[in-house]
Amino acid sequence: MQFQLDVNGERHALDLDTRTSLLDALRDHLGLTGSKKGCDHGQCGACTVMVNGRRINSCLTLACMHEGDEITTIEGLGRPDDLSPLQRAFVEHDGYQCGYCTPGQICSATAMIEEIKAGWPSNVTDDLEAQVEASIEEISERMSGNLCRCSCYPGIVDAIRQVAREEARA
Amino acid sequence: MRAFDYVRAGDTAEALREAGGAETRFIAGGTNLLDLMKLEVMAPGKLVDINRLDLGGIEATGEGGLRIGALVTNSDLAADARVRRDWPVLSRALLAGASGQLRNKATTGGNLLQRTRCYYFYDRGEPCNKREPGSGCAARDGMNRILAILGTSEHCIATHPSDMAVAMRALGARVEVEGQGGAREIALEDFYRLPGDTPHIETVLEPGQLITAVILPPPAGGRQIYRKVRDRSSYAFALVSVAAVVAVENGRIAKAQLAFGGLGPMPWRDADVEDALVGETPSAALFDRAADILLAEAKGHGGNDFKIPLTRRTLAAVLTQATEADQ
Repeated sequence: MQFQLDVNGERHALDLDTRTSLLDALRDHLGLTGSKKGCDHGQCGACTVMVNGRRINSCLTLACMHEGDEITTIEGLGRPDDLSPLQRAFVEHDGYQCGYCTPGQICSATAMIEEIKAGWPSNVTDDLEAQVEASIEEISERMSGNLCRCSCYPGIVDAIRQVAREEARA
Repeated sequence: MRAFDYVRAGDTAEALREAGGAETRFIAGGTNLLDLMKLEVMAPGKLVDINRLDLGGIEATGEGGLRIGALVTNSDLAADARVRRDWPVLSRALLAGASGQLRNKATTGGNLLQRTRCYYFYDRGEPCNKREPGSGCAARDGMNRILAILGTSEHCIATHPSDMAVAMRALGARVEVEGQGGAREIALEDFYRLPGDTPHIETVLEPGQLITAVILPPPAGGRQIYRKVRDRSSYAFALVSVAAVVAVENGRIAKAQLAFGGLGPMPWRDADVEDALVGETPSAALFDRAADILLAEAKGHGGNDFKIPLTRRTLAAVLTQATEADQ
Protein backbone atom coordinates (compact mmCIF):
# COMPACT_ATOMS: atom_id res chain seq x y z
CA MET A 1 0.00 0.00 0.00
CA GLN A 2 1.30 3.46 -0.91
CA PHE A 3 1.06 6.25 1.63
CA GLN A 4 3.00 9.14 3.12
CA LEU A 5 4.28 9.67 6.63
CA ASP A 6 5.31 13.00 8.15
CA VAL A 7 8.08 12.27 10.62
CA ASN A 8 10.08 14.92 12.49
CA GLY A 9 9.00 17.53 9.96
CA GLU A 10 9.94 15.51 6.87
CA ARG A 11 7.54 13.83 4.46
CA HIS A 12 8.31 10.30 3.30
CA ALA A 13 6.61 8.31 0.54
CA LEU A 14 6.29 4.64 1.46
CA ASP A 15 5.00 1.50 -0.20
CA LEU A 16 4.53 -1.08 2.55
CA ASP A 17 2.56 -4.18 3.45
CA THR A 18 -0.58 -3.12 5.37
CA ARG A 19 0.65 -5.22 8.30
CA THR A 20 3.63 -2.93 8.94
CA SER A 21 3.45 -1.36 12.39
CA LEU A 22 4.38 2.29 12.76
CA LEU A 23 7.40 1.13 14.77
CA ASP A 24 8.65 -1.16 11.99
CA ALA A 25 8.08 1.55 9.39
CA LEU A 26 10.19 3.98 11.42
CA ARG A 27 12.98 1.55 12.19
CA ASP A 28 13.19 -0.67 9.12
CA HIS A 29 12.06 1.62 6.34
CA LEU A 30 12.98 5.14 7.46
CA GLY A 31 16.16 4.27 9.33
CA LEU A 32 14.96 5.92 12.53
CA THR A 33 16.22 3.30 14.97
CA GLY A 34 15.93 5.45 18.08
CA SER A 35 12.46 4.05 18.78
CA LYS A 36 13.02 0.57 20.22
CA LYS A 37 11.18 -2.72 19.98
CA GLY A 38 10.89 -4.31 23.40
CA CYS A 39 7.77 -6.44 23.81
CA ASP A 40 6.00 -5.47 20.55
CA HIS A 41 2.70 -5.76 22.50
CA GLY A 42 2.26 -2.34 24.11
CA GLN A 43 3.45 -3.47 27.51
CA CYS A 44 6.94 -1.99 27.83
CA GLY A 45 6.80 1.49 26.27
CA ALA A 46 10.21 1.28 24.53
CA CYS A 47 8.51 2.13 21.22
CA THR A 48 6.80 5.29 22.49
CA VAL A 49 6.58 8.12 19.95
CA MET A 50 4.37 11.19 19.71
CA VAL A 51 1.57 11.45 17.18
CA ASN A 52 0.11 14.95 16.92
CA GLY A 53 1.78 15.70 20.24
CA ARG A 54 0.37 12.69 22.06
CA ARG A 55 2.41 9.73 23.23
CA ILE A 56 1.42 6.33 21.89
CA ASN A 57 2.91 2.85 21.54
CA SER A 58 4.12 2.76 17.93
CA CYS A 59 4.14 -1.07 17.99
CA LEU A 60 0.35 -1.19 18.44
CA THR A 61 -0.67 0.86 15.46
CA LEU A 62 -0.39 0.40 11.70
CA ALA A 63 1.84 2.75 9.75
CA CYS A 64 -0.79 3.13 7.00
CA MET A 65 -3.27 4.54 9.55
CA HIS A 66 -1.07 7.62 10.12
CA GLU A 67 -1.10 9.44 6.80
CA GLY A 68 -1.49 13.13 7.58
CA ASP A 69 -0.42 12.79 11.20
CA GLU A 70 2.58 14.61 12.63
CA ILE A 71 4.91 11.97 14.05
CA THR A 72 7.76 12.86 16.39
CA THR A 73 10.42 10.36 17.40
CA ILE A 74 13.40 10.72 19.70
CA GLU A 75 15.44 11.84 16.67
CA GLY A 76 13.06 14.79 16.33
CA LEU A 77 13.41 15.92 19.93
CA GLY A 78 17.13 16.66 20.01
CA ARG A 79 20.52 15.90 18.55
CA PRO A 80 23.83 14.99 20.21
CA ASP A 81 24.96 18.62 19.91
CA ASP A 82 21.57 20.05 20.79
CA LEU A 83 19.88 17.96 23.48
CA SER A 84 16.30 18.53 24.53
CA PRO A 85 15.78 19.57 28.18
CA LEU A 86 14.72 16.02 29.10
CA GLN A 87 17.64 14.44 27.26
CA ARG A 88 20.01 16.74 29.20
CA ALA A 89 18.24 15.95 32.48
CA PHE A 90 18.46 12.18 31.90
CA VAL A 91 22.24 12.54 31.47
CA GLU A 92 22.52 14.77 34.51
CA HIS A 93 20.46 12.47 36.77
CA ASP A 94 21.82 9.20 35.41
CA GLY A 95 18.35 8.16 34.26
CA TYR A 96 19.49 5.03 32.46
CA GLN A 97 21.91 2.16 32.53
CA CYS A 98 21.72 0.10 29.31
CA GLY A 99 19.78 2.86 27.58
CA TYR A 100 17.40 0.63 25.64
CA CYS A 101 14.21 2.06 27.18
CA THR A 102 15.53 5.64 27.21
CA PRO A 103 14.15 6.95 23.89
CA GLY A 104 10.71 5.68 24.85
CA GLN A 105 11.05 7.11 28.36
CA ILE A 106 11.99 10.53 26.97
CA CYS A 107 9.28 10.64 24.29
CA SER A 108 6.75 9.52 26.88
CA ALA A 109 7.89 12.06 29.48
CA THR A 110 7.97 14.90 26.92
CA ALA A 111 4.29 14.36 26.14
CA MET A 112 3.42 13.53 29.76
CA ILE A 113 4.66 16.94 30.95
CA GLU A 114 2.26 18.50 28.44
CA GLU A 115 -0.57 16.37 29.86
CA ILE A 116 0.17 17.74 33.33
CA LYS A 117 0.26 21.29 31.94
CA ALA A 118 -3.14 20.66 30.31
CA GLY A 119 -4.49 19.71 33.73
CA TRP A 120 -5.15 16.04 33.03
CA PRO A 121 -5.70 14.14 36.29
CA SER A 122 -4.21 10.70 36.98
CA ASN A 123 -5.13 7.67 39.04
CA VAL A 124 -3.28 9.11 42.06
CA THR A 125 -4.72 12.64 41.82
CA ASP A 126 -6.80 13.32 44.95
CA ASP A 127 -8.97 16.07 43.54
CA LEU A 128 -10.03 15.45 39.93
CA GLU A 129 -10.62 19.16 39.39
CA ALA A 130 -7.48 20.65 40.98
CA GLN A 131 -4.28 21.61 39.14
CA VAL A 132 -1.77 18.78 39.30
CA GLU A 133 1.79 19.01 40.63
CA ALA A 134 4.55 16.90 39.09
CA SER A 135 5.18 15.00 42.33
CA ILE A 136 7.13 11.75 42.54
CA GLU A 137 3.87 9.86 42.98
CA GLU A 138 2.24 11.55 39.97
CA ILE A 139 5.28 10.98 37.74
CA SER A 140 5.56 7.31 38.76
CA GLU A 141 1.89 6.69 38.01
CA ARG A 142 1.93 8.57 34.71
CA MET A 143 5.10 6.81 33.53
CA SER A 144 3.89 3.29 34.42
CA GLY A 145 3.65 2.43 30.72
CA ASN A 146 7.45 2.68 30.40
CA LEU A 147 9.43 -0.12 31.96
CA CYS A 148 13.14 0.06 32.76
CA ARG A 149 14.57 -3.38 33.42
CA CYS A 150 17.79 -1.84 34.77
CA SER A 151 15.43 -0.22 37.27
CA CYS A 152 16.81 3.30 36.94
CA TYR A 153 13.49 4.68 38.09
CA PRO A 154 14.86 7.04 40.78
CA GLY A 155 17.05 8.82 38.20
CA ILE A 156 14.26 8.82 35.62
CA VAL A 157 11.81 10.38 38.07
CA ASP A 158 14.37 12.99 39.20
CA ALA A 159 15.11 13.98 35.61
CA ILE A 160 11.44 14.33 34.70
CA ARG A 161 10.67 16.20 37.89
CA GLN A 162 13.40 18.73 37.25
CA VAL A 163 12.19 19.49 33.72
CA ALA A 164 8.52 19.57 34.74
CA ARG A 165 9.38 22.12 37.43
CA GLU A 166 11.48 24.23 35.07
CA GLU A 167 8.66 24.26 32.54
CA ALA A 168 6.05 25.08 35.17
CA ARG A 169 8.13 28.11 36.14
CA ALA A 170 8.69 29.20 32.54
CA MET B 1 0.06 -11.54 11.45
CA ARG B 2 -2.13 -12.74 8.59
CA ALA B 3 -2.49 -10.49 5.56
CA PHE B 4 -5.60 -8.33 5.32
CA ASP B 5 -7.12 -5.68 3.09
CA TYR B 6 -7.20 -2.18 4.50
CA VAL B 7 -9.83 0.45 3.74
CA ARG B 8 -9.95 3.92 5.24
CA ALA B 9 -13.58 5.03 5.46
CA GLY B 10 -14.39 8.72 5.08
CA ASP B 11 -17.76 8.67 6.80
CA THR B 12 -20.13 6.35 8.64
CA ALA B 13 -22.11 5.41 5.52
CA GLU B 14 -18.94 4.34 3.76
CA ALA B 15 -17.73 2.42 6.81
CA LEU B 16 -21.02 0.50 7.00
CA ARG B 17 -20.93 -0.23 3.25
CA GLU B 18 -17.40 -1.59 3.54
CA ALA B 19 -18.23 -3.72 6.56
CA GLY B 20 -20.19 -6.46 4.84
CA GLY B 21 -18.82 -9.95 5.44
CA ALA B 22 -17.94 -11.84 8.58
CA GLU B 23 -14.19 -11.46 7.97
CA THR B 24 -14.30 -7.68 8.32
CA ARG B 25 -13.46 -5.73 11.46
CA PHE B 26 -13.59 -2.03 12.19
CA ILE B 27 -10.36 -0.59 13.57
CA ALA B 28 -10.18 2.55 15.72
CA GLY B 29 -7.38 2.69 18.33
CA GLY B 30 -6.38 -0.87 17.53
CA THR B 31 -4.59 -1.37 20.85
CA ASN B 32 -6.32 -4.69 21.54
CA LEU B 33 -7.20 -5.80 18.00
CA LEU B 34 -3.66 -5.46 16.61
CA ASP B 35 -2.23 -7.19 19.65
CA LEU B 36 -4.56 -10.13 19.00
CA MET B 37 -3.82 -10.05 15.27
CA LYS B 38 -0.08 -10.29 15.92
CA LEU B 39 -0.76 -13.50 17.83
CA GLU B 40 -3.23 -14.62 15.14
CA VAL B 41 -5.88 -15.04 17.81
CA MET B 42 -7.89 -12.78 15.55
CA ALA B 43 -7.29 -12.84 11.81
CA PRO B 44 -9.73 -10.57 9.97
CA GLY B 45 -9.49 -10.59 6.18
CA LYS B 46 -10.29 -6.89 6.00
CA LEU B 47 -9.91 -3.88 8.28
CA VAL B 48 -12.10 -0.82 7.90
CA ASP B 49 -10.31 2.14 9.51
CA ILE B 50 -12.94 4.38 11.11
CA ASN B 51 -10.59 7.00 12.54
CA ARG B 52 -11.66 9.62 9.95
CA LEU B 53 -15.33 9.30 10.91
CA ASP B 54 -16.95 12.23 12.68
CA LEU B 55 -17.43 10.40 15.97
CA GLY B 56 -14.93 12.25 18.14
CA GLY B 57 -17.01 14.74 20.12
CA ILE B 58 -18.57 14.88 23.59
CA GLU B 59 -21.86 16.76 23.56
CA ALA B 60 -24.52 17.59 26.13
CA THR B 61 -27.81 15.81 25.51
CA GLY B 62 -31.27 17.37 25.81
CA GLU B 63 -31.99 15.39 28.96
CA GLY B 64 -28.87 16.74 30.70
CA GLY B 65 -26.58 13.83 30.01
CA LEU B 66 -23.63 13.42 27.68
CA ARG B 67 -23.26 11.84 24.27
CA ILE B 68 -19.72 10.48 23.98
CA GLY B 69 -18.63 9.80 20.40
CA ALA B 70 -17.27 6.30 19.84
CA LEU B 71 -13.88 7.67 18.78
CA VAL B 72 -13.33 9.80 21.90
CA THR B 73 -10.11 8.51 23.42
CA ASN B 74 -9.97 7.22 26.97
CA SER B 75 -7.59 10.12 27.78
CA ASP B 76 -9.92 12.80 26.47
CA LEU B 77 -12.93 11.30 28.19
CA ALA B 78 -11.15 11.01 31.54
CA ALA B 79 -9.93 14.62 31.31
CA ASP B 80 -13.23 16.14 30.15
CA ALA B 81 -14.18 18.82 32.66
CA ARG B 82 -17.86 17.80 32.67
CA VAL B 83 -17.05 14.15 33.28
CA ARG B 84 -14.63 15.03 36.09
CA ARG B 85 -17.24 17.19 37.78
CA ASP B 86 -20.51 15.34 37.21
CA TRP B 87 -19.60 11.71 36.44
CA PRO B 88 -16.35 11.36 38.42
CA VAL B 89 -16.65 7.59 38.78
CA LEU B 90 -16.13 7.39 35.00
CA SER B 91 -12.97 9.52 35.08
CA ARG B 92 -11.66 7.44 37.96
CA ALA B 93 -12.33 4.15 36.18
CA LEU B 94 -10.66 5.33 32.97
CA LEU B 95 -7.61 6.60 34.85
CA ALA B 96 -7.31 3.27 36.65
CA GLY B 97 -6.98 1.45 33.33
CA ALA B 98 -4.00 0.76 31.06
CA SER B 99 -1.15 3.27 30.60
CA GLY B 100 -0.90 6.87 29.39
CA GLN B 101 0.13 5.71 25.91
CA LEU B 102 -2.74 3.23 25.61
CA ARG B 103 -5.35 5.66 26.92
CA ASN B 104 -4.25 8.12 24.22
CA LYS B 105 -5.11 5.60 21.53
CA ALA B 106 -7.91 3.46 22.99
CA THR B 107 -11.40 4.69 22.15
CA THR B 108 -14.77 4.61 23.88
CA GLY B 109 -16.30 2.16 21.40
CA GLY B 110 -13.24 -0.06 21.28
CA ASN B 111 -12.94 -0.20 25.05
CA LEU B 112 -16.46 -1.66 25.25
CA LEU B 113 -15.49 -4.33 22.71
CA GLN B 114 -12.08 -5.31 24.05
CA ARG B 115 -11.53 -9.01 24.50
CA THR B 116 -10.77 -10.98 27.63
CA ARG B 117 -7.20 -11.28 28.91
CA CYS B 118 -7.68 -14.98 29.78
CA TYR B 119 -4.26 -16.57 29.17
CA TYR B 120 -5.80 -19.46 27.25
CA PHE B 121 -7.63 -17.17 24.86
CA TYR B 122 -4.22 -15.72 23.92
CA ASP B 123 -2.44 -19.08 23.73
CA ARG B 124 -3.19 -20.81 20.43
CA GLY B 125 -1.59 -24.00 21.71
CA GLU B 126 -4.43 -24.46 24.23
CA PRO B 127 -8.13 -25.16 23.74
CA CYS B 128 -10.44 -22.15 24.15
CA ASN B 129 -14.11 -22.08 23.23
CA LYS B 130 -14.02 -18.33 22.80
CA ARG B 131 -11.14 -18.43 20.30
CA GLU B 132 -12.11 -21.72 18.67
CA PRO B 133 -15.72 -22.74 19.39
CA GLY B 134 -16.04 -26.35 20.49
CA SER B 135 -12.35 -26.83 21.32
CA GLY B 136 -12.88 -26.82 25.11
CA CYS B 137 -11.81 -24.61 28.01
CA ALA B 138 -8.31 -24.98 29.42
CA ALA B 139 -8.92 -22.28 32.02
CA ARG B 140 -11.41 -24.17 34.19
CA ASP B 141 -8.73 -26.54 35.43
CA GLY B 142 -5.82 -24.27 34.59
CA MET B 143 -4.38 -20.99 35.79
CA ASN B 144 -7.60 -19.17 36.49
CA ARG B 145 -6.50 -16.71 39.14
CA ILE B 146 -7.66 -13.69 37.10
CA LEU B 147 -10.88 -15.26 35.80
CA ALA B 148 -14.58 -15.05 36.57
CA ILE B 149 -16.68 -16.23 39.51
CA LEU B 150 -20.09 -15.00 38.30
CA GLY B 151 -21.98 -15.60 35.06
CA THR B 152 -19.65 -18.34 33.86
CA SER B 153 -20.58 -21.54 32.06
CA GLU B 154 -18.86 -24.87 31.67
CA HIS B 155 -17.67 -23.54 28.31
CA CYS B 156 -16.02 -20.30 29.44
CA ILE B 157 -14.93 -18.52 32.63
CA ALA B 158 -13.41 -15.43 30.99
CA THR B 159 -13.80 -11.95 32.47
CA HIS B 160 -14.49 -8.74 30.62
CA PRO B 161 -11.37 -6.64 31.31
CA SER B 162 -12.68 -3.07 31.01
CA ASP B 163 -12.68 -0.55 33.83
CA MET B 164 -14.53 2.09 31.80
CA ALA B 165 -17.47 -0.21 31.11
CA VAL B 166 -17.87 -0.95 34.83
CA ALA B 167 -18.35 2.73 35.61
CA MET B 168 -20.69 3.12 32.64
CA ARG B 169 -22.75 0.18 33.88
CA ALA B 170 -23.08 1.79 37.31
CA LEU B 171 -24.14 5.03 35.63
CA GLY B 172 -26.80 3.34 33.47
CA ALA B 173 -25.20 4.20 30.11
CA ARG B 174 -26.66 3.34 26.73
CA VAL B 175 -24.82 2.34 23.56
CA GLU B 176 -25.73 3.94 20.25
CA VAL B 177 -25.31 1.54 17.36
CA GLU B 178 -25.62 2.03 13.61
CA GLY B 179 -25.95 -0.59 10.89
CA GLN B 180 -27.34 -0.97 7.39
CA GLY B 181 -30.78 -1.23 9.00
CA GLY B 182 -30.47 2.16 10.72
CA ALA B 183 -29.54 3.39 14.19
CA ARG B 184 -30.68 2.19 17.59
CA GLU B 185 -29.81 2.47 21.27
CA ILE B 186 -29.04 -0.48 23.50
CA ALA B 187 -28.86 -0.22 27.28
CA LEU B 188 -25.42 -1.33 28.42
CA GLU B 189 -27.12 -3.94 30.60
CA ASP B 190 -28.51 -5.54 27.44
CA PHE B 191 -25.35 -5.09 25.36
CA TYR B 192 -23.25 -8.02 26.59
CA ARG B 193 -24.17 -11.69 26.44
CA LEU B 194 -23.41 -14.39 28.97
CA PRO B 195 -21.11 -17.07 27.54
CA GLY B 196 -23.49 -20.05 27.79
CA ASP B 197 -22.41 -22.44 25.05
CA THR B 198 -21.44 -19.64 22.63
CA PRO B 199 -18.67 -17.73 24.44
CA HIS B 200 -17.30 -16.48 21.12
CA ILE B 201 -20.39 -14.25 20.80
CA GLU B 202 -19.86 -11.54 23.40
CA THR B 203 -22.36 -8.80 22.58
CA VAL B 204 -25.68 -8.32 20.82
CA LEU B 205 -23.96 -6.37 18.01
CA GLU B 206 -24.64 -7.92 14.66
CA PRO B 207 -21.92 -8.29 12.02
CA GLY B 208 -21.34 -4.96 10.32
CA GLN B 209 -22.91 -2.89 13.09
CA LEU B 210 -20.85 -0.01 14.42
CA ILE B 211 -20.89 1.63 17.85
CA THR B 212 -21.28 5.35 17.18
CA ALA B 213 -21.62 6.72 20.73
CA VAL B 214 -22.25 6.04 24.39
CA ILE B 215 -24.97 8.04 26.11
CA LEU B 216 -24.67 8.94 29.78
CA PRO B 217 -27.89 9.79 31.61
CA PRO B 218 -28.00 13.05 33.61
CA PRO B 219 -25.58 13.29 36.57
CA ALA B 220 -26.47 10.78 39.26
CA GLY B 221 -25.01 12.85 42.12
CA GLY B 222 -24.16 11.04 45.32
CA ARG B 223 -20.69 9.98 46.28
CA GLN B 224 -18.88 8.31 43.41
CA ILE B 225 -16.06 5.84 43.94
CA TYR B 226 -14.08 3.49 41.70
CA ARG B 227 -12.03 1.04 43.73
CA LYS B 228 -9.75 -1.31 41.81
CA VAL B 229 -7.85 -4.15 43.46
CA ARG B 230 -4.97 -5.49 41.37
CA ASP B 231 -1.58 -7.14 41.57
CA ARG B 232 0.34 -3.89 40.87
CA SER B 233 -0.70 -0.40 41.83
CA SER B 234 -0.59 0.78 38.21
CA TYR B 235 -0.95 -0.65 34.71
CA ALA B 236 -2.64 -3.95 35.64
CA PHE B 237 -6.07 -5.42 35.08
CA ALA B 238 -8.54 -5.62 37.95
CA LEU B 239 -8.81 -8.70 40.11
CA VAL B 240 -11.89 -7.09 41.58
CA SER B 241 -13.23 -3.59 41.03
CA VAL B 242 -16.28 -1.74 42.28
CA ALA B 243 -17.90 1.34 40.73
CA ALA B 244 -20.25 2.96 43.20
CA VAL B 245 -22.72 5.83 43.07
CA VAL B 246 -24.17 6.08 46.57
CA ALA B 247 -26.24 8.73 48.32
CA VAL B 248 -27.23 8.88 51.99
CA GLU B 249 -30.17 10.98 53.17
CA ASN B 250 -31.29 11.32 56.79
CA GLY B 251 -29.00 8.50 57.84
CA ARG B 252 -30.37 6.04 55.30
CA ILE B 253 -29.07 4.93 51.94
CA ALA B 254 -31.15 6.73 49.31
CA LYS B 255 -29.31 5.55 46.23
CA ALA B 256 -26.97 2.66 45.50
CA GLN B 257 -25.81 2.01 41.95
CA LEU B 258 -23.06 -0.61 42.04
CA ALA B 259 -21.19 -2.34 39.24
CA PHE B 260 -18.32 -4.79 39.49
CA GLY B 261 -15.31 -5.60 37.33
CA GLY B 262 -13.12 -8.69 37.36
CA LEU B 263 -15.99 -10.92 38.46
CA GLY B 264 -17.85 -11.85 35.31
CA PRO B 265 -17.96 -11.98 31.52
CA MET B 266 -19.50 -8.50 31.50
CA PRO B 267 -19.47 -5.51 33.85
CA TRP B 268 -21.65 -6.97 36.60
CA ARG B 269 -24.63 -5.30 38.23
CA ASP B 270 -27.19 -6.92 40.49
CA ALA B 271 -30.45 -5.09 41.23
CA ASP B 272 -31.12 -7.31 44.27
CA VAL B 273 -27.94 -6.03 45.91
CA GLU B 274 -28.99 -2.43 45.38
CA ASP B 275 -32.56 -3.09 46.59
CA ALA B 276 -31.18 -4.61 49.79
CA LEU B 277 -29.21 -1.43 50.52
CA VAL B 278 -31.67 1.31 49.63
CA GLY B 279 -33.73 2.54 52.57
CA GLU B 280 -31.42 0.95 55.14
CA THR B 281 -29.06 2.43 57.70
CA PRO B 282 -25.43 1.82 56.71
CA SER B 283 -23.74 -0.83 58.85
CA ALA B 284 -21.14 -3.56 58.54
CA ALA B 285 -23.91 -6.14 58.89
CA LEU B 286 -25.87 -4.56 56.04
CA PHE B 287 -22.83 -4.50 53.76
CA ASP B 288 -22.20 -8.15 54.57
CA ARG B 289 -25.80 -8.98 53.63
CA ALA B 290 -25.34 -7.14 50.32
CA ALA B 291 -22.24 -9.23 49.64
CA ASP B 292 -24.18 -12.41 50.47
CA ILE B 293 -26.71 -11.52 47.78
CA LEU B 294 -24.07 -10.53 45.22
CA LEU B 295 -22.06 -13.70 45.79
CA ALA B 296 -24.90 -16.20 46.30
CA GLU B 297 -24.16 -17.86 42.96
CA ALA B 298 -20.40 -17.19 42.93
CA LYS B 299 -18.27 -20.14 41.95
CA GLY B 300 -14.50 -20.33 42.24
CA HIS B 301 -12.37 -22.58 40.06
CA GLY B 302 -9.45 -23.09 42.41
CA GLY B 303 -7.02 -20.35 41.50
CA ASN B 304 -9.66 -17.64 41.70
CA ASP B 305 -11.44 -18.79 44.88
CA PHE B 306 -9.84 -15.85 46.67
CA LYS B 307 -11.96 -13.45 44.63
CA ILE B 308 -15.05 -14.39 46.65
CA PRO B 309 -13.77 -13.06 50.01
CA LEU B 310 -11.87 -10.30 48.21
CA THR B 311 -15.10 -9.07 46.61
CA ARG B 312 -16.86 -9.15 49.97
CA ARG B 313 -14.15 -7.01 51.56
CA THR B 314 -13.83 -4.63 48.65
CA LEU B 315 -17.58 -4.04 48.59
CA ALA B 316 -17.61 -3.41 52.35
CA ALA B 317 -14.70 -0.97 52.04
CA VAL B 318 -16.35 0.94 49.21
CA LEU B 319 -19.74 1.12 50.94
CA THR B 320 -18.11 2.22 54.19
CA GLN B 321 -16.28 5.01 52.40
CA ALA B 322 -19.36 5.96 50.40
CA THR B 323 -21.62 6.26 53.43
CA GLU B 324 -19.24 7.86 55.93
CA ALA B 325 -20.53 11.09 57.40
CA ASP B 326 -18.84 14.38 56.42
CA GLN B 327 -16.17 13.90 53.84
